[in-house]
Amino acid sequence: MIFATVGTQLPFDRLLLGLDSWAALNPGVSVFAQCGDSRKRLRHIETVAQLSQRDFRARLKAAKLVVSHAGMGSILTAAELGKPVILMPRRAKFGEHRNDHQQDTAIEMARLSNVTVAEDGEALHAALDAAVALGFESPIGRAELGGEALAPLIEVVRDFVWNRTPCGGASA
Amino acid sequence: MFTTSRSRPVLLAVASGGGHWVQMQRLRAAFDGADVHYATTDASAVEATRGGCVHVYPDANKQTPLRLMLCLIRLAWIVLRVRPDVVVSTGAAGGFLAIRIARLMGARTMFIDSIANARELSISARLSLGVADRVLSQWPRVAELSGAEYRGAVL
Repeated sequence: MIFATVGTQLPFDRLLLGLDSWAALNPGVSVFAQCGDSRKRLRHIETVAQLSQRDFRARLKAAKLVVSHAGMGSILTAAELGKPVILMPRRAKFGEHRNDHQQDTAIEMARLSNVTVAEDGEALHAALDAAVALGFESPIGRAELGGEALAPLIEVVRDFVWNRTPCGGASA
Repeated sequence: MFTTSRSRPVLLAVASGGGHWVQMQRLRAAFDGADVHYATTDASAVEATRGGCVHVYPDANKQTPLRLMLCLIRLAWIVLRVRPDVVVSTGAAGGFLAIRIARLMGARTMFIDSIANARELSISARLSLGVADRVLSQWPRVAELSGAEYRGAVL
């Protein structure tokens, strides 16, 4: 019912432990997590270290709610499939990433109507409780994706591939 | 330009697994008609990708210097074999390395920084500024501050 993912690069136990403690209080909700190389013992959620791209997409598609680190792969796939997503950004000060760019990503992505940002375990519990209270009803369709910015980018890349604009790029 | 034997450009599209790869997939329409080769770090992309040959290289970053060497060697091999007219990358470190190598062989190169970098360019994008023909940021403000171009975004 809930699909969680922390990517594959570094452990992100703050998210996993928060999810596990919430699952302990909510035994009726099944949680499946792609947990990377976490060493923590998680008793209340089902985990797998890594998923193939195909399985990742299938799991995400089957879920009612996605809980994720603020990685663009998860954010874009969730938006594409019209899934609500709770993001917890990785922080450098806890050794969860090399820098704090996930914080920047989360702040920007919070503008999407399917995105909720949770900074810590407590906020994650609150966001999960709110999602359950709403019966996992997603507030959005998939309108957010394929926004107006995509078409011009594709056009620029296509022109570059076929060498239709001078290198160095005259401004549009 | 293309050599006489080629009627369509040979494109090498380089992206690490995860978000970099998902962003590259969102640009696929831009590659229609080209001879497309992908290079990525996630071997499971091979079964999930239609249209185009997929090459795999080891993932690495500046904290893993030995793997970075292996990544460089593998990418050099891929670039030599594919002989691309054009290299497009959505990051990360491997994309910069592929662009560096491909430039030596005269390919046109474009680095598109991940939309995740909403406040400043990634290190790979900054390094690419001195090497690639074009470096794009997906955020107007970041482009303005860094000397990259803004030409749109995947979201």
